[in-house]
Amino acid sequence: MRFALTTDQLAFRDAVRDLLAKERYDDRATWDALVDMGVASVLVPESEGGLGLDEMTLVPILEQTGYAALAFPIVETAMVAAPLGLADRMVALVDGQLAAWADRADVVLAGDGSEVRQDLLAPVEAVDRSRPVRRIGRPLPAPHGDTIDRAALGTAAQLIGLGQAMLDLTVGYVKERQQFGVPIGSFQAVKHHLANALKELSFARPAVYRAAYSVATASTDASRDVSMAKAMASDAASFVGRVALQCHGAIGYTVEYDLHLWLKRTWALSRAWGDSSWHRDRVGRAIGV
Amino acid sequence: MDLTWSPDEDAFRAEARSWLVANVPHDLPSGDTREGFARHVEWERLLYQNRWAVVSWPEQYGGRGASLWEWLIFEEEYYRAGGPQRVTQNGIFLLAPTVFEFGTPEQQERILRRMAAADELWCQGWSEPNAGSDLAGITSRSTKVDGGWVLNGQKTWTTRGAFCTHLFGLFRSDPDSERHKGLTYLLVPLDTQGVTVRGFGRLDGDEGFAEVFFEDAFVPDGNVLGGVNDGWSVAMATTGSERGLTLRSPGRFLAASARLIELYRSATTVGGAVESVRRRVIDTWMRAEAYQLFTLETVTRLSEGGAVGAESSINKIWWSELDVELHETALDVLGPEAQLEGAWSKGYQFSLSGPIYAGTNEIQRNIAAERVLGLPRR
Repeated sequence: MRFALTTDQLAFRDAVRDLLAKERYDDRATWDALVDMGVASVLVPESEGGLGLDEMTLVPILEQTGYAALAFPIVETAMVAAPLGLADRMVALVDGQLAAWADRADVVLAGDGSEVRQDLLAPVEAVDRSRPVRRIGRPLPAPHGDTIDRAALGTAAQLIGLGQAMLDLTVGYVKERQQFGVPIGSFQAVKHHLANALKELSFARPAVYRAAYSVATASTDASRDVSMAKAMASDAASFVGRVALQCHGAIGYTVEYDLHLWLKRTWALSRAWGDSSWHRDRVGRAIGV
Repeated sequence: MDLTWSPDEDAFRAEARSWLVANVPHDLPSGDTREGFARHVEWERLLYQNRWAVVSWPEQYGGRGASLWEWLIFEEEYYRAGGPQRVTQNGIFLLAPTVFEFGTPEQQERILRRMAAADELWCQGWSEPNAGSDLAGITSRSTKVDGGWVLNGQKTWTTRGAFCTHLFGLFRSDPDSERHKGLTYLLVPLDTQGVTVRGFGRLDGDEGFAEVFFEDAFVPDGNVLGGVNDGWSVAMATTGSERGLTLRSPGRFLAASARLIELYRSATTVGGAVESVRRRVIDTWMRAEAYQLFTLETVTRLSEGGAVGAESSINKIWWSELDVELHETALDVLGPEAQLEGAWSKGYQFSLSGPIYAGTNEIQRNIAAERVLGLPRR
């Protein structure tokens, strides 16, 4: 029994984190650098030019892409499409009738793995401006269970990263911001909000890592564990987002301050590939409730 | 990441399970009454005789030298088999780690085996009428005399104090000191002259609480644990275990969640809106699982040389809130039946103490915010 990442997994994760800390989250060069590092081909066998690693390596990396609010379809590409043999292309996926980042992707797939023609997709206005969305006007085949599990797991990892980013940003802010002559972070009301945020994130993260392990080892509980991870990560990130906005006060309620980038991404991802209610229901059926 | 157990660990689990299934008593009355406590002590002695009382301790003190992993397995099997709450817990989970860390060899010989055997039963004497969340406000005094210390003052909220034989407590040994300084950790036999114990009813009416009065009670120097005037740091060594790992193992909540699921399935009528109750049954299952996973993470860190730090505070909030939610959900499934005395109504009342004892959840939130997130104290 060992519930921890390996030294190699931590080193890869940290290298991605450091890259994303330096580069712009929405710059195409950042995407290219990630591809050069092998992030898109973690799950591709070595015989096909990939790294031949598993979800245990990829999930902490995806967490970092959430932390940086990366504006490219890395979950879709690295987690879902790469195992299908599409590692060398940027892939967008249709979730429901909406495909995020279809504008910049090389290929758009339906949930059953079939390709969707770009001319069937029409731009629609998304709340998260860094995650443009297009809509398909016709019904698509139902997504494969495996696609849902993989996309939900990767999205859950990003939600943990988003939550952590919002928590870190807020902790930094409340240490600086002064009212009544003292930092607002010294007030108990603020401390308790942030302690709750820390708690929810700290308990959702192991659920996401466990789901990665279950998927990597093809456990019979993999779908259940992914659903637990997605339900908890969606709820935790949404909760942290509310806390972060509240603790920032008015400065958080503006597009001139960065919090909104993470907040809006959280709103989108917490409902992508099944919201917490959908996944909680799936957990219930798996445990006979 | 490796979430499988070794063959040795599987064998340990099988041995624990078969013994527990054959021996766990299911008809024990509450351990918080005099009669019930005596029955629980019999059970504790049976555990000890079969070397299941303190599996993680060295064999010389009645343990099995089990790893933390095996301890977790034992706890899981203990609660899965329906084992009762341990009336020895404050000794074996709170005092013992401190004795192992700070006790002299003589103290370890004198205290540990008798504690494991439930021959000596320990209660915690920390809180006072005016020192609760503000524990550093302790005013009970220990005055140095020839060969020992004379105690005066009062402790309260002492769990099962009326039935225990010994108390471990904090006393102000330096009369000129303030706050965390000048306290000494002392071990006090409750039959000492000048010690008076008065039991009183908890929320559920059982005599699970006591207040303990000290009037010129003498304890010898050999009953100082750790350094004189160093009691605060000695005491804080146990709070990490209390909040962080040992006091409430995940097995307990996994078992409670399994019982709740069983109750939910067998319920013919469900109180309130069915779908929202179902949601809570699932939610508490996930939260119990997450607690297990978080603990596996902690034990991995400890096994690799790390420590339980201030994050134990969020751990304590998690399990105490989970316990309340598990029981509240069960009462909602029971509907009007919930007003009757029974395991769930009893457990519910006990769960409500969780956010209060071992440091209130408000204090835990302060600690997490200040020591994990680094927010300013004032």
